[in-house]
Amino acid sequence: MNAFRVTWLFFKVGVLNELQYRVNFVVQLFQSAIALTVGLVVLALVYSHTDELNGWSQPELICVLGIQILMGGAIKTYIQPNMTRLIDDIREGKLDYALTKPEDAQMLVSVREVRIWQVVDLVSGSIVLGVGLSQIAEGVGGLDALAFVAALVLGAVMIYCFWLVIATVAFWVVNMWTVVELFDGIYLTGRFPVGIYPGWLRYSVTFLVPIAFAVTVPAEALTSRLDWQTLALAVGFAVALFAATRWFWRFGLRNYTGASA
Amino acid sequence: MSVQPTAIDLSAELHESGRLRSLAALYLATMRMAIQTQIQYRAANYFYMLGMIAEPVIYLVVWTTIAKQQGGSVQGLTVGYFAAYYIVWTLVRNMNVVFGAPYWEHRIREGELNRDLLRPVLPLHYDIAYFAGWKIVVILFWIPLAVGLSLVFEPTLDPRAFEILVFAVAIWGAYLLRTMLQESLGMLCFWTTRGAAIFDLYMTTELLLSGRLVPLPLMPDWVQDIARFLPFQYAFFFPIESLVGDLSNAELLRGLAAQLVWIVIGLAIFRLAWKHAIKRYSAVGG
Repeated sequence: MNAFRVTWLFFKVGVLNELQYRVNFVVQLFQSAIALTVGLVVLALVYSHTDELNGWSQPELICVLGIQILMGGAIKTYIQPNMTRLIDDIREGKLDYALTKPEDAQMLVSVREVRIWQVVDLVSGSIVLGVGLSQIAEGVGGLDALAFVAALVLGAVMIYCFWLVIATVAFWVVNMWTVVELFDGIYLTGRFPVGIYPGWLRYSVTFLVPIAFAVTVPAEALTSRLDWQTLALAVGFAVALFAATRWFWRFGLRNYTGASA
Repeated sequence: MSVQPTAIDLSAELHESGRLRSLAALYLATMRMAIQTQIQYRAANYFYMLGMIAEPVIYLVVWTTIAKQQGGSVQGLTVGYFAAYYIVWTLVRNMNVVFGAPYWEHRIREGELNRDLLRPVLPLHYDIAYFAGWKIVVILFWIPLAVGLSLVFEPTLDPRAFEILVFAVAIWGAYLLRTMLQESLGMLCFWTTRGAAIFDLYMTTELLLSGRLVPLPLMPDWVQDIARFLPFQYAFFFPIESLVGDLSNAELLRGLAAQLVWIVIGLAIFRLAWKHAIKRYSAVGG
């Protein structure tokens, strides 16, 4: 339970800190509006030339877009800031400060930062998702909704694991400054259901970078496409990935010698 | 008294040719330095280019999917055309990376401009030369990427010799054109510290009207009509289309001419803005 208390404490301090910079909220609002507009324009263009994309209708792809924005908001609020700070700390030798605290190091490095204004994307993603859903005639069953929430949480866990593995690589590789841009670029693939991509790319954005699990699978749940095998695979993969990530983190930590912090 | 004007004219002429020669030397030296620096950072350069590839690959896959659903083409654009378009896109996109408007803010805030102003030439010259040198490294690095992408996506590419020639000129025209536009826009930083919103808006307009998002023929007619009167497509769609598309020689030359016109307009705007900007500038830090 101590872990939750620490997490909550960091969260509170982080939010208070960010609340000082209120103009950032307007900036974020503006940037999110632009990104959303571009996303919708792309969909409008695509569906001005076709009625369905690989079996997905326009409202369904609006749902995918909503989930991609929403998950992107979660990544940028919590996962990415912590992981980039971890990378910086390792490089600058400041990780010692976290390691000497009497808490689990992995837990600590995962909750120290929060970018609260990125919550705008959580909200706008939810709205887009709601608009998309309202245009789907069939509606969403209770079981589908449950599967959606489960898939979303599993997806977030997998993205977290992916980022922690990447950040752990910083124990060996110094120059990591392009990693964020690389991830942002690849994350854009989530705007479309993973099925449209050719095989090598489909597997890459499913298992190498688990974007399909984070965006397409929840979208499949909402549009009654999800079978229980896929959901079971998501559970299995999330558990295995989490265990492997924890092992890799500890392995990396053993290589860390500090750098005269 | 009658001799003196001739002497002055002569020395002015000498002065002018000397100035051009030293400017050329500056360009060469800066470009060489940029090449050497960027080869040092080859891994970072490569990751950056790889990250850039996701965007065109997504567009390519989406439009290929639609084309295949409709029997092989969308509005006459075939699967092979889309592959060629978005592969050449990656090079043109890289040529479009210039000294960006947002960096003017950095330049002013960090006091770098003070150093630049002490030099006997405009900072603009330095920017053009440095990024031009960098481009040579980028083009070299791009070749293996293009080969890889071509093996995966099988583009239809069958250019005439003249098209290749125009393309080779047009990518540098695109580079200069975008440089002028971005440098002019960057002048806003002398008047406001909140340029970011304007830059974002500008980038979005550019994304939609340049051909970066989709080949322009896929846009609704009214969007194409607007794009015709703006410079954006000459830095993006035109260079790609010159190699990939089927433009006549007259159209190719007209495209190059349009690039030139917009470069001159951009330069004129920059010079005007710079003249006023530099009067407003007062150094901070240094």
